[in-house]
Amino acid sequence: MADQKASTSIEAVESGLAAQGYIASRQIATAVYLSQQIEKPILVEGPAGVGKTELAKAIAAWRGMKMIRLQCYEGLDEAKALYEWKYAKQLLYTQILKDKLGEVLGGAQTLHAALDQLHDFGDVFFSKEFVEPRPLLQALEQRGGCVLLIDEIDKSDAEFESLLLEILSDFQVTIPELGTVSAIAPPMVILTSNSERDLGDALKRRCLHLHIGFPEQQLEERIVESRVPGISQTLRRQMVGFIHEIRTLDLKKLPSVSETIDWARVLVLLQAAELDTDIVKDTLNVLLKYEADIEAAAPHVTTFIAKAARSNVFG
Amino acid sequence: MRENLHRFFRAARGAGVHVSPAESIDAMRAVAQVGFSDRGILRDALLLTLAKSQDEKFALGDCFDLFFSRPEPRQERPEAGNDDSAQEADQSPSSGAASDAGGGQAPEGLGPLAQMLLSQDRNAIAVAIASAAGAASLSDIRYSTQRGIFSSRILNAMGLQRLRDDLDELTATNPSLAERLRNALDALREAVRDTVSQGLALYAREEAENLRNEILRNAPLARIERRQVDEMRALIRQIARRLRERYSKPRKRQRRGHLDVRRTLRRNAAWGGVPFLTAWKRKHRDRPKIVALCDVSGSVAQVSDFFLLLIHSLHEVVDDVRSFAFSSHLIAVSDILETKSPQEAMAEIMSKVGFGSSDYGSALVDFEKEWMSTLTPQTTVIVLGDARSNNLDPRADIVRRISERSKRLVWLNPEGRLAWGFGDSEMPRYATFCSVVRQCATAQQLERAVSDIVATYQ
Repeated sequence: MADQKASTSIEAVESGLAAQGYIASRQIATAVYLSQQIEKPILVEGPAGVGKTELAKAIAAWRGMKMIRLQCYEGLDEAKALYEWKYAKQLLYTQILKDKLGEVLGGAQTLHAALDQLHDFGDVFFSKEFVEPRPLLQALEQRGGCVLLIDEIDKSDAEFESLLLEILSDFQVTIPELGTVSAIAPPMVILTSNSERDLGDALKRRCLHLHIGFPEQQLEERIVESRVPGISQTLRRQMVGFIHEIRTLDLKKLPSVSETIDWARVLVLLQAAELDTDIVKDTLNVLLKYEADIEAAAPHVTTFIAKAARSNVFG
Repeated sequence: MRENLHRFFRAARGAGVHVSPAESIDAMRAVAQVGFSDRGILRDALLLTLAKSQDEKFALGDCFDLFFSRPEPRQERPEAGNDDSAQEADQSPSSGAASDAGGGQAPEGLGPLAQMLLSQDRNAIAVAIASAAGAASLSDIRYSTQRGIFSSRILNAMGLQRLRDDLDELTATNPSLAERLRNALDALREAVRDTVSQGLALYAREEAENLRNEILRNAPLARIERRQVDEMRALIRQIARRLRERYSKPRKRQRRGHLDVRRTLRRNAAWGGVPFLTAWKRKHRDRPKIVALCDVSGSVAQVSDFFLLLIHSLHEVVDDVRSFAFSSHLIAVSDILETKSPQEAMAEIMSKVGFGSSDYGSALVDFEKEWMSTLTPQTTVIVLGDARSNNLDPRADIVRRISERSKRLVWLNPEGRLAWGFGDSEMPRYATFCSVVRQCATAQQLERAVSDIVATYQ
């Protein structure tokens, strides 16, 4: 039955990602599964450091595919993202082939015939040999398929977005001189965005829209467990509980999963068995990235630790 | 099931999620993959394919929960359910016969609805209600006033007429059974009413919202009730977003100027003039092209909130705006508006200069003293205010100088034209120097005014 198969394969995605150390919520797993089945890119939004980029890496590792990453920034254009002509090589070849050129054209009797031959020649120079593929074209050319990560698409200009549309919907690209290049194997495309800029509807329409927020406490504990194996269960519970309390504060930048993992590593390194006020105050800078945030959080540390410890007892 | 999905798409549109045909096709493909059996996965799949933002996701999630909380109209009965209902159906008449003397012969002469009600087969009733709701096209319901019509349509589709006849007959022949039937009918009416309310919540939201927005758009800003203020804010933000979408793109393209041929040639002299490196003309924009003066005094306090919000959005659309706020004293507020969120910015401005009694004269003097020199022949000056100067010197001469120095002077007045010139309104005196004077009392007028300004500015 189709339904049965679907839910088991969603679980397969979950366990596959877990094997790479990426603990996915069911929503994430469903998104990955659907994107494979109906061949649509996934647009991942959410705060920084919740594992948007990690997801792409994990998928690539799990499916044993190459990951091609395109980091977006303001001013990114076709030449840097898609392809470029190797002008220098073209120039060099014309120089080298100068004699040959004379030979070829020498055979022509009329101007018209020479022009025709020149036309053929031009096609030689605007051929695949002289195209320098950039990430997007590279992704289409991968034989075994690949994971294409278009990172922080919100940082790019609106014009660049339009450039992506053809690739995202049909997995092909049109190079005026060469024609259309279609993907050998449709790549699995992940786009990430921090919502710095509103993306166009056309782009959003072509993607599955996945929002990764801060994980729930249990999920985050599992993530820490898989990422920082040496940490004791008590400490894990306490620190995740503590971070969840911190996230209720009104801070400039809330600590995200990557900070949780960093902090866990630091605590393991310091050989802490339990959270206490001193150690938290000493390591708060791992968690919070602004001086103002640290100052705002400092007075709450003791109560938060107590709360985290209490939830530990009941949990 | 397809039918059901289509109804869900309609409900989703009602919840404010834009579902285009292409998106619905994607959703269908996704659903074909995951199937209907696991509701959680189905929910995720629909949310992934249909929603395009976090807000839409929440709206759609609520919509999903509401939609699938209804009993599904089942065409093919599932085996297990069938067994259950068959047992119930078997039991209830027999138990009825045991308690009610003479109940045994009753069902034969009765219509199907009466039989169903008497058998108390809840599953069957739910299915019947759902299919009758489909027949009465409940998904077309738009306004709460239509509730009665749809209830009776559904009841009629279920065969209420026949039931009435049965009731009349039974009252004469078998009063106790008639009593039971009447109770069951009341329960049925209630169930139908619930179904209709749910349908209204699902399908009518969009219309209701449009209607409410339309009313709000045309409501005088000054007379908005407390509870509507938030909605109004949201509406103005919507207007601002529309303005931004409409006007922000061309500006971006303009940022990079034309090719600067002279500089390009000079730069590439080393390569014999072959343009390896290009140089572009850059546009110099250090003078503000829009200057907004916003009255935040007590007399316009209600409206100035919205004015500030709109100026805030203006800052997002065009980046050479400079804005000022005043009651009697005038301060520059561009920095506040650019760095803070609308709510915070407004609170700060109001606490600095808000709610005073207005004195246009001294505010204009402040402006002339410090900022008059920033005005250029390209500047559009916008004044938002009621021009009520508490009988103090209006200093119309400064307004004249402003209009002489700038390209255009636009005055947006929240009061109606009738009030201009009466009492302490100095509007007519100022108006002689303005290029445009407009009444600007409703959100719609505000939108039109600002959209005109931005359009001519570009």
